[in-house]
Amino acid sequence: MIALLIRDLRLAFRAGGGFGLGLAFFLIVTVLVPFSVGPQADLLSSIAPGVLWLGALLACLLSLDRLLALDYEDGTLDLLVTAPLPLEAALSIKALAHWLTTGLPLVIAAPVLGVLLNLPANGFGWVVVSLALGTPALSVIGTFGAALTVGIKRGGLLMSLLVLPLYVPTLIFGAEAARRGAAGLDGTTPLLMLAGITFGTIALMPFASAAVLRMGLR
Amino acid sequence: MSIWQYANPVKFLALSSRVQPYLWAAAVICVTTGLLWGFFGTPDDARQGSTVKIIYLHVPAALMAINAWFMMLIASLIWLVRRHHVSALAAKAAAPVGIVMTLIALVTGAIWGQPMWGTWWAWDPRLTSFLILFLFYLGYIALWEAIEDPDTAADLTSVLCLVGSVFAILSRYAVQFWNQGLHQGTSVPVATGGRTVADVFFYPLLVSMVGFGLLFLALVIYRTGTEIRLRRAAAMRARTGRGA
Amino acid sequence: MPELGKYAIEVLSAYAASLGLLGVLIGITLRRGRAAQATLKAAEMEAKKNG
Repeated sequence: MIALLIRDLRLAFRAGGGFGLGLAFFLIVTVLVPFSVGPQADLLSSIAPGVLWLGALLACLLSLDRLLALDYEDGTLDLLVTAPLPLEAALSIKALAHWLTTGLPLVIAAPVLGVLLNLPANGFGWVVVSLALGTPALSVIGTFGAALTVGIKRGGLLMSLLVLPLYVPTLIFGAEAARRGAAGLDGTTPLLMLAGITFGTIALMPFASAAVLRMGLR
Repeated sequence: MSIWQYANPVKFLALSSRVQPYLWAAAVICVTTGLLWGFFGTPDDARQGSTVKIIYLHVPAALMAINAWFMMLIASLIWLVRRHHVSALAAKAAAPVGIVMTLIALVTGAIWGQPMWGTWWAWDPRLTSFLILFLFYLGYIALWEAIEDPDTAADLTSVLCLVGSVFAILSRYAVQFWNQGLHQGTSVPVATGGRTVADVFFYPLLVSMVGFGLLFLALVIYRTGTEIRLRRAAAMRARTGRGA
Repeated sequence: MPELGKYAIEVLSAYAASLGLLGVLIGITLRRGRAAQATLKAAEMEAKKNG
């Protein structure tokens, strides 16, 4: 299992891997927002938590394409399906690797980009905590989407269509927690809901992903 | 004799061709009665004026939009557990009907909302949930279209339907949490125990709801028959060695 | 025609849009159904001819 994790991480850091792509996308989206909505500081600070969450979500989505597709092409996936390691565990590891290479950098980058968007001072903690809690769910749900579309040529757009509705609850609770925190309110309730979704999906989604992958590769 | 004998495609086709004329006739009669009664035979509401007549389209369509997804969920479960092809094909056949019902509910709601709420669209929990439901239908249909092998497609869409249902319910609660709405409570008494619609409006609405239900049933049975025939034709072509 | 008052356009367009959508759905359904029946018949003929 650890070998698989290390292999995935190493592949991601190498050229052609997804690392940095999501981060760059996140940076560009947040930089473009003030150009499109105007530079008023109060407007920016009120939408900053939502923009950061949306940017992180889209950056996550962008890198899902590579999560299983490359392994499918070179045959690694067939090996994983037949390997003694349960497929559920293998997919959890792959989701973890995706989170470490995409979600975690986004969490770390969010406060820096928050400065650009004039995020209120008391919002930084909430944005970081909510993203840290929420992005694992995005990776795990994304793995399910990637597993559903793995055998389909040009499945990227289809995967976005399938995954985006599944992201709705995570986005609502995550962005709500960040928004309430930034507005100086107590965001504990949505944060707890977000934690519930994250742990629930981590516990259950790998089974769905593995089931779908077995069906798709049969 | 059990209900499972209709899982046999031949028996299903025989039964469906026997009941379909009645079903279509009943559906057409109920829908036209409900709509004509509602359109011509009911007074204007004191506050809503004549826009109250939109209810005879909006509520039945919304009801069937949810029920269609529910039916797809059950059909998907039956396919996953008992592997009856008819079940999988029925789920496939229901999805386009469901998406059209969702669209009707959204469009009539927007047309009604413009004069009544002063806006075409509000990010109200019910409206938002329907929009999300629309996206789920879209994804489901797109996944069916994208996969070539029919059994794999049935498997994957079934799991998507299951997982999607869980997330649809989650979204519903998330959206309620996120914004308290403008939308009035449900008009269907079984759901609330009390009735919010006066009798003059309610009886034609009931007829219209029954009509939409029958129409959905007739459409799904007909479309399932279509899917069965297409599958059989493809299988025959494959056997005789000529690609369809 | 009943008196629809100032909301005539809204009510009529709602009915037109809904019935139009239903009509399109039923039309597509029937056309696909007929095509499927024809395809199946053709396939059956072919199978019979080839023995």
